[in-house]
Amino acid sequence: MPKLKVGIIGSGNIGSDLMLKLCRSTTLELTTMIGIDPKSEGLNRAKKLGIHVIENGIEGFLKNPDLAEILFDATSAKAHIHHADLLNKIGKKVIDLTPAALGPFVVPTVNLREHVDVKNVNMITCGGQATIPIVHAVNQICEVEYAEIVATIASRSAGPGTRANIDEFTVTTSKGIEQIGGAKKGKAIIILNPADPPIIMRDTVYCLVDGDMDEARVSQSIYDMVSKVQDYVPGYRLRSEPIIDGNKVTVFLEVEGAGDYLPNYSGNLDIMTSSAVKVAEELAKVQLSNKV
Amino acid sequence: MNQREVFITEVALRDGSHAVGHSYSIEQVKSVAQALDEANVPYIEVSHGDGLGGSSLQYGLSMTDEMELISAAVSVCKNSKVGVLLLPGIGTVEHLREAENLGARMARVATHVTEADVSKQHIEVAKKLGMETVGFLMMAHMVSTEKLVEQAKLMENYGADTVYVVDSAGALLPHQVKERIRALREHLTIKIGFHGHNNLSLAMANTLAAIEEGATMIDGSVRCLGAGAGNTQTEVLIAVLERMKIKTGIDLYKMMDLAEDVVAPLLDKPQEISKGSLVLGYAGVYSSFLLHANRAAKKFNVDSRNILVELGKRKVVGGQEDMIVDVARELAKK
Repeated sequence: MPKLKVGIIGSGNIGSDLMLKLCRSTTLELTTMIGIDPKSEGLNRAKKLGIHVIENGIEGFLKNPDLAEILFDATSAKAHIHHADLLNKIGKKVIDLTPAALGPFVVPTVNLREHVDVKNVNMITCGGQATIPIVHAVNQICEVEYAEIVATIASRSAGPGTRANIDEFTVTTSKGIEQIGGAKKGKAIIILNPADPPIIMRDTVYCLVDGDMDEARVSQSIYDMVSKVQDYVPGYRLRSEPIIDGNKVTVFLEVEGAGDYLPNYSGNLDIMTSSAVKVAEELAKVQLSNKV
Repeated sequence: MNQREVFITEVALRDGSHAVGHSYSIEQVKSVAQALDEANVPYIEVSHGDGLGGSSLQYGLSMTDEMELISAAVSVCKNSKVGVLLLPGIGTVEHLREAENLGARMARVATHVTEADVSKQHIEVAKKLGMETVGFLMMAHMVSTEKLVEQAKLMENYGADTVYVVDSAGALLPHQVKERIRALREHLTIKIGFHGHNNLSLAMANTLAAIEEGATMIDGSVRCLGAGAGNTQTEVLIAVLERMKIKTGIDLYKMMDLAEDVVAPLLDKPQEISKGSLVLGYAGVYSSFLLHANRAAKKFNVDSRNILVELGKRKVVGGQEDMIVDVARELAKK
């Protein structure tokens, strides 16, 4: 089967983790790693892996646009706004892992197929990727009036970008809970825990539903959803059975990373990169079948 | 008015929110804030216990929108400044703007003691809005003095007017408070504050240690109306400082009266050091966990002390209330 050529913009933690995941893909061929710091560990690693490296950012790629059809943007919201415009002009698809949220939100298990034709899709946040599937699972059985999520991540796995703009996490995740999860109102909280050894990412989802709840069906819907997410994030799991109390559902989750570039505790970064790869693979299938 | 040497922030209408299950009403806030204003308390903090935006299933829903409570407090204060607390990750700069617009004049931006860099955005916005700005380093007992100084300096660089050592668990001992405040005085040029909890009956001793080392911004809660066993009891502190000839500018008799006549009736039972709150201090656990742990203990039929001690062992930080049920459930299975 032919593979679709892809590239990564950004050679930090997320870009480097994406690189290792893409090397395993059966539908995507990682051809290019785009950075701005020739000394960065990410670019050096790419060189060792035999991937074409561009050291002068997006400008370098624009001179060689045939290197990739889909670009992953793992830079910052601000840089992404610049990249998105340039890449749109030359007809490239972009999977945005920054909080820029220019394009529609995508969660692979919920709305992937709706946006296969869109030029720019946004991966929301790590907390969103971990919790929106659960909100959606509950909402399929009974209407979710209010959903609230609490993401607790190891301090070491929160990079300087996340820290400088922590409001972007809460605001973007809340929107995702509403727009993609289907809750009438959403709220997101993020907590950084500095414990050493670092804690594995934990997410708690609370849903308040309208009317009577068929407990068995709600639980089953959650179990089904967890197994769907596990298809692309193997370390995604329930810490306990869902707790149902009146009209409130509480779900405790844990996300252990695959330990590619980042250690296992960084489930928050792993779920972002895994979800982004999943989205690109789906886009690639469509794009490749269109060509035939 | 006497010149103040120590500036008191009354936190009963914020920290006390935990103790009353976030049930404050507009009338209650008005009566307390008005009495505090008449007693000439310089700062009155009003917010959900977990700060702006804290109303949630995780921490407890506010019975009355905190923004209405802030407005209510502002409406009755002639001299006192109304302050708000904000924990980045829970509240956002939008909450801060809204509160400022309603008349809040002091912003206290709180982070776990190792995570000061998440406060940059909020401290800068608060400064731009013209608010007096405080960096609030919570769970200060969990790190070395060197780490505390490093984090406090970040907040100073972001533009905070004051940095607080916050003993959220009520776990610090007086000599540890001294050491911390002294180090901050040596390395920082801005004002230093101290916020205690009385879980080990050391809030007053710790506060005096802090003042002795040069802290000038001090938190208290009338009748100990704060999380866990409450904070340094404000009206008692005023009396003690008067005996020490340290000027707070606050009217002691008015404080005693409002404590007895206005605040005491708000409490179902007087604040005391119960075994639960004692364990908070002993195990070094965030004080607002107390009532959540008591509820989880009942539900899963386990000893709340075992829950709190286990949370302490796991180095849980402020805001991780979801861990309480999780740990209680695990203990019940054993």
